[in-house]
Amino acid sequence: MSDHENVNVESPRAPVSQRGHLVRVPADQRASGALVEVAIDGLEVQVPIGTTILEAARKIGVKIPTLCYHDDLCVAGVCRICVVEVEGQRTLQASCAYPITAPIAIHTHTRKVRQSRRRILDLLLGKHYGECYACFRNGNCELQALAAGCGVDFFRFGHPTAPLHELDSSSYSVLRDMNKCILCRRCVRTCIDLQEVGVLETVHRGDKTTVSTFMNKPLAEVICINCGQCINRCPTGALGAADPTDDVWRDINDPSKHVVIQTAPAPRAAIGECFGLPPGTPLTFEMNSALRAIGFDKVFDTNFTADLTIIEEGTELILRLHRALVDRQPVALPQFTSCSPGWVKYIEHFYPEMLPHLSSAKSPQQMFGAVIKTYYAGLHHIDPADIVTVALMPCSAKKFECNRPEMAASGHKDVDYGLVTRELAQMFKEAGIELPKMPKSGFDEPFGTATGSGVIFGATGGVMEAALRTVLELVSGLKVENLYDHADILPVRGFEGIKYAEIRIPRLGTVPDILRMNAQLPFDSWAWLAGATLKVAVCHGTANAKRVLEDIKAGGKLSECHFIEFMACPGGCLGGGGMPIPTNPEIRAARARAIYAEDAAYEVRKSHENPAVLRLYNEFLTGGPNGHTAHRLLHTTYTPRGKYIA
Amino acid sequence: MSLGHQGLVTFRMIDPDAGLAAALARRPAEIVAELTAARLKGRGGAGFPTGVKWSLAAQAASDVKYVLCNADEGEPGTFKDRVILAEVPDLVFAGMTIGGAAIGASKGIVYLRGEYAYQRQPLEEALARRRAAGQLGERVLGTPFAFDIEIRMGSGAYVCGEETALIESLEGHRGEPRNRPPFPVDAGYLGRPTIVNNVETFACVTAIMAKGAPWFAAIGTEKSTGPKLFSVSGDCARPGVYEFPMGLPVSELLREVGGEDAKAVQIGGASGRCVPASAFASTICYEGISTGGSVIVFGPDRDMLRVAKNFMEFFVEESCGQCTPCREGNARLLQGIAMLEDGRCSAAYLAELTKLGEVMQLASKCGLGQSSPNAFLSIVEHFRDEIMGRTYAAAR
Ligand SMILES: Cc1cc2nc3c(=O)[nH]c(=O)nc-3n(C[C@H](O)[C@H](O)[C@H](O)COP(=O)(O)O)c2cc1C
Ligand code: SF4
Repeated sequence: MSDHENVNVESPRAPVSQRGHLVRVPADQRASGALVEVAIDGLEVQVPIGTTILEAARKIGVKIPTLCYHDDLCVAGVCRICVVEVEGQRTLQASCAYPITAPIAIHTHTRKVRQSRRRILDLLLGKHYGECYACFRNGNCELQALAAGCGVDFFRFGHPTAPLHELDSSSYSVLRDMNKCILCRRCVRTCIDLQEVGVLETVHRGDKTTVSTFMNKPLAEVICINCGQCINRCPTGALGAADPTDDVWRDINDPSKHVVIQTAPAPRAAIGECFGLPPGTPLTFEMNSALRAIGFDKVFDTNFTADLTIIEEGTELILRLHRALVDRQPVALPQFTSCSPGWVKYIEHFYPEMLPHLSSAKSPQQMFGAVIKTYYAGLHHIDPADIVTVALMPCSAKKFECNRPEMAASGHKDVDYGLVTRELAQMFKEAGIELPKMPKSGFDEPFGTATGSGVIFGATGGVMEAALRTVLELVSGLKVENLYDHADILPVRGFEGIKYAEIRIPRLGTVPDILRMNAQLPFDSWAWLAGATLKVAVCHGTANAKRVLEDIKAGGKLSECHFIEFMACPGGCLGGGGMPIPTNPEIRAARARAIYAEDAAYEVRKSHENPAVLRLYNEFLTGGPNGHTAHRLLHTTYTPRGKYIA
Repeated sequence: MSLGHQGLVTFRMIDPDAGLAAALARRPAEIVAELTAARLKGRGGAGFPTGVKWSLAAQAASDVKYVLCNADEGEPGTFKDRVILAEVPDLVFAGMTIGGAAIGASKGIVYLRGEYAYQRQPLEEALARRRAAGQLGERVLGTPFAFDIEIRMGSGAYVCGEETALIESLEGHRGEPRNRPPFPVDAGYLGRPTIVNNVETFACVTAIMAKGAPWFAAIGTEKSTGPKLFSVSGDCARPGVYEFPMGLPVSELLREVGGEDAKAVQIGGASGRCVPASAFASTICYEGISTGGSVIVFGPDRDMLRVAKNFMEFFVEESCGQCTPCREGNARLLQGIAMLEDGRCSAAYLAELTKLGEVMQLASKCGLGQSSPNAFLSIVEHFRDEIMGRTYAAAR
């Protein structure tokens, strides 16, 4: 098969459904590398054989409108909005699905084309219930833009005046409103082909065709992992995130509540997109001022607990390795990261038997919540019952995560609300805040100083790089800067679907104090690690996660790894389901550049050197990393959910 | 030559063994050349030259290729493949085997219409007999050529007769047409070069191999050669399966079947065209009124709006639902017909619906949506007075 595939993807994957809908060119034709001449609206251009009409037109600045097409997804060719006239063909052709293999002449806006496009749009609008005023995608909707672009001035086939479907608001994360669905199937292709989860599928046929979950059950009752990738690729408001904005405003306005917000790294690199700035414009410090301006009492940096996560997760790894190498006990290795809640739910559903591999460390979001409602509450003599913790996240799955019943070890819900980038931008707009023009300000104490290692959590490979920086220094006693230029561990960076690296431990130092705080530490020298090489892997997107897990089960190369980073979303958090819409590979790359630039700008860049983290261990988590208090507050358990639905 | 009779006249005279033996005695390119010389066109409806299709598949580079027989026969008013499979299955199986030899495939699959499940047992028995006789298997007729045939059942979706939807269905997916190009001859079943042909087409192949291209090309017209089976139904005295040469005028066909007083004839099934009495002099052939073989006769008392409605209800249900013009458009046309029935459809809206039908023909993804408005459009064109100006009461 693979020799016939020519799909727009950034990571290697084998789509399991709709294979027939790929734009395929016989391998021998494509391999020839030949160019072919096309004339588009009279403009001549040469393109490599197999280029689609849509791609060729884009190249020369001719914009053909699309709807079901998406840069991240395999081609469907179903909406028919992008039809064009190809000379010599009786019917119009979908430009997204037509690979050019011979010289052709194309016309993109003849009378036939325009009349067809308008009527196709009219047909869609005739089934699309929803008033633009009352829609969260108002101003950011592809259907709306298309209607404007095609000059729609009346509803040729009417317009529904009452909802035809019930809203599915069962999920903590994802909201489904089939009234706004135009059956472009991007969500289906996202869920099945991109993420290989398979919650959403097309069912029935004819005019009864719809997108459905298994037996049309509510999203909360199926194996949805809450990654929200479908939301980011929905052209309309049919898919959205469950929005807690009203509750957050209510608590902000309640004087008896102390409302604090922690902000994750990825939203900073993207929120500017909601204010018309190019992707990858960092607004970290402007956002801090804006958050205070809309009424948050304190603004904290999730990077603080990203550093804490690295120490807890790194210590857990070292302990697992010790048990395996020295005690010769059966230990689940490789250890898997646990900070991506979409990934956590994925493994709970699809590979529950592999849960022992998952680090028990909570995600940075949840750790922060727990620390705020205990350590911070005590420090400031505030009743934790009066504290509201809000988390600004790039991620729809974080909404589900903060509502997990096990996430309340302090006696209070660690995190009260998960707010995503898009929702905060909306709050700013409601409050009349022009974010890019805000003055800059820093984060609040006592968690103020973060490290770059925390920032890079926002990109795929970031958690691994941060962990490696810390583990290498803790074990070797050397500065990572002396091992890697600027401490940039490049082998784990980049958008490749699955990355594998071997990191040699250059020499052994003494066991550092921070680890010795843990009285149960089973060793007092690193001698047992002599000559060791750390084998690590990084993957993003659950389709790649599946490949990694299958390789481990089959005893492949990845089964020899010690530590593997998993992110549910393509690109990592910067491609999260709560990030501004649209998304595509270029946008994600721009956000990644902003994140790594921020990392390079920090002075202290390693988690175990973060003074605030060290203070937290000294004053509060006195049993040290993986010690008793840390374990109670910062670690969690998982639920083997399986994928069988009652 | 006894053409113009009820039943399978020509096909019953053909010896399938002779056809297969003659084909295997030749090189693959010679088989294809013979079909090209016979000017055989596909009997499934689209009328694509079989020689061209097979030579493309023969040229496609792949060590695995497939021969698929389209026995989905879902077009309303079509039932000739059923008769072929019941009476002369060996002609079809031999044709598929010849196809395998011509393109370099060693596996054939018959995609049998779900409702024809009762035919499966006798067909399996026919296959077993052919295997026992060495006409299928590792060494067909003692040559190094290996070929076998499997029967797979459809599940009742009309669209699965469309060749790429048929392939999707065989692969275990929703039966939905694919984007083309690439065509099945390049990337078909399981991504491999594949020929998909109608049951009757394969029978014709065997006949051509047995009796030669000149014999075949002498029947019919210049561009539409060979005998053709017609499934005739509706308001006529003698419905049934007929064999006629291509190029027969509609009026002559009606005389043959006892439908002289017809006011219209639907040729080509639901997706075909509604021919009014004024055009009964036209001939049925690829250069005239093209058809896969379905002829439905409408007597003088038929309500043409009812006819249009019946067809439209079929398409609303049978559209696979993937592309906008067909999924939504058919439903709008049906809605328009209901408005016409009630006398609520203005001339302006009827013009709007006509335009919509044309857009569906142009912009739909597959032949279903491209042809589903045909019946409606031709009825609007030829029976405008009959369908307009109804009163609400008359409709009840
Ligand atoms: C909606 C639709 C339904 C079709 N159904 C059939 C069918 O039932 N039988 C058939 O032989 N061809 C059917 N066809 C035509 C096939 O797509 C294809 O053209 C044919 O099988 C090719 O064989 P031929 O060249 O031998 O005619 C259908 C096409 C469309 C668009
Ligand atoms: S034209 Fe109709 S049957 Fe064909 S692909 Fe479109 S929706 Fe499906």
